[in-house]
Amino acid sequence: MSVYENVYTQVQIRPAHPEFGVGDHLIARERIGRPTFEYWLGFIGNAQIGPIYLGGLGVASLVFGFFAIEVIGLNMLASVHWSPIQFVRQLPWLALEPPKPQYGISPFVPMADGGWWLLAGFLLTSSIILWWLRMYTRAVALGLGTHTAWAFAAAIWLYLVLGFIRPLLMGHWSEAVPFGIFPHLDWTAAFSLRYGNLFYNPFHMLSIAFLYGSALLFAMHGATILSVGRYGGEREVEQMLYRGTAAERAALFWRWTMGFNATMESIHRWAWWFAVLCPLTGGIGILLTGTVVDNWYLWAVQHGVAPSYPHVFPPVVDPAATGGPQ
Amino acid sequence: MRNLVLLFAVAAIVLLTTAMLFTAGWSHPPIHGVQIGYRGLAMDQLSTNESRRLLKLANTLPDSIEKASPEGDKATSIYKNVKVLNDLSVDQFNRVMLGMAAWVAPQDQGCAYCHNVDNMADDSLYTKRVARVMLKMTRHINKDWQDHVGMVGVTCYTCHRGQPVPTNIWFKNAPSGVAGFATNNDGLGHPTKLNGSTSLSADPFSGYLNGDGVARVEATHALPVGYGASIQQTEKTYALMMAISTSLGVNCTFCHNTRALSQWPQSTQQRVTAWRGIRMTRDLNSNYLETLASEWPANRLGPMGDGPKLYCATCHQGAPKPLLGVSLAKDWPELGGDGVH
Repeated sequence: MSVYENVYTQVQIRPAHPEFGVGDHLIARERIGRPTFEYWLGFIGNAQIGPIYLGGLGVASLVFGFFAIEVIGLNMLASVHWSPIQFVRQLPWLALEPPKPQYGISPFVPMADGGWWLLAGFLLTSSIILWWLRMYTRAVALGLGTHTAWAFAAAIWLYLVLGFIRPLLMGHWSEAVPFGIFPHLDWTAAFSLRYGNLFYNPFHMLSIAFLYGSALLFAMHGATILSVGRYGGEREVEQMLYRGTAAERAALFWRWTMGFNATMESIHRWAWWFAVLCPLTGGIGILLTGTVVDNWYLWAVQHGVAPSYPHVFPPVVDPAATGGPQ
Repeated sequence: MRNLVLLFAVAAIVLLTTAMLFTAGWSHPPIHGVQIGYRGLAMDQLSTNESRRLLKLANTLPDSIEKASPEGDKATSIYKNVKVLNDLSVDQFNRVMLGMAAWVAPQDQGCAYCHNVDNMADDSLYTKRVARVMLKMTRHINKDWQDHVGMVGVTCYTCHRGQPVPTNIWFKNAPSGVAGFATNNDGLGHPTKLNGSTSLSADPFSGYLNGDGVARVEATHALPVGYGASIQQTEKTYALMMAISTSLGVNCTFCHNTRALSQWPQSTQQRVTAWRGIRMTRDLNSNYLETLASEWPANRLGPMGDGPKLYCATCHQGAPKPLLGVSLAKDWPELGGDGVH
């Protein structure tokens, strides 16, 4: 019997010959690479590597993605005067910023003033959408539902709202997120500061609830399946119809613990919706910011969401209110 | 082979962990928290034993200089070319000179740093001409900016601390120098001491502390009324706030209730003091430091050819109150006008 009570998979199943998967030779010709086994990857997944299907969409996506990274990376390298050492030292801070406010949503922005950002955004978006199409067609080719593609689409929705749809509605590319590790985080903080604290945005609240909910569900489900591993619980579906199986024990565990249990099927529905709703609601929250609501704190006060706290020091008044600019 | 990979991985983990333990800027516990706001608002000021020790060390007071009587002959009756301190007695005047020699001049130069020792009245050294403006500025602060400095006041030592040039000054930022086709990023994306090691604007001060730039960026209405401040303006204000925070050694909640940063009724009194401080800094930069533009030798100029300018840290030097609130000015009526006592 397998031993599952460990942080990694202890049993590696290796067929005598690598698995080539379903499909006739016409379909199989699209798959490239000679399959091999990798001992170390066997600890965290299937030890077999390849063959991989890349296809026209995959190749196109990688090409666009490569050029996007190239545009971003070379601009960052230029911003440290082509010094490889400074590039490595400052990499987390380096940026490719969107056009300044004065350019509005003009598609014709001088390259140095944000044109590169537009180009990188176009390349990256093309790459992502091509990858989405590839994900969709691969699912169809295998006779699967397209759930993965639609889950990915939820993430693409948030990405597009941040970098494209909302800037269009605001009439300014300058509202969009810069490329860069700290730059996009500093943008996030500045965004919340400008629009009066995003924590008071109810869609931000929902998004956080689904984010944390996803983590909770993931922990519950992962723990449940691992805990019934000694009864072969990872073979979820084939056990559903029988009594005394790992599947039934897992279900009973939760019914006894909290009175209600998901089923082997519905738990995955829960997980899918929680994960998908996280960027979906988040995207709505971003879309409303600046377009419909300008200051979330003041909005929350108006709607009785934000509490007021007692003063523990004398309240102060705006010194500018008594004259003087600012 | 497998064991070799495993060995390599373990060695890498141990080395990286060790490097992290001994190189990162850890704050050693205990962390002391002082709550300044209502419970649940996280309005706390934090410090460690080490940060307190360093702050105390950095704010060591200079030796005091014996007081001088305002009675007796006026300095102008003995010395020639006295333009600023012409209301002082000879004793008081000499005391200020002693102070400046101790606080500002390099130890090996003393009076000669500013004076032609063969003719003390001579104005040929730029340092003397600058010192005159600085004395005027000090008196102006103590007399006209009690809104900000209160009764604590300032002396030369508040900023100079024994250095001819105070440690914390700023210049206009050199343009990125990225030529032609590549993105210029509008000065964003490089960590500096001033912007708190963020990717925000590397020059938080130009336009604010030597002009009248508007720092307020947060929307004033719940719903949009036209296009307000841009994200880029917000990042500039953010960088300015980071610079203030670092200069004073405090976090945002020293002045703000961070759930609603722009709301004055929820802010602390310190925010008003800081607001006046920004205005004081603008006044001093525009009306004192920038009038000296033609005086500075090349080695005192910034990359854009502008002279040194001051900001919060010039006086504060990492403390919420310069010299931890100890008033040197109260012993220096020579520098203070009537306000300081």
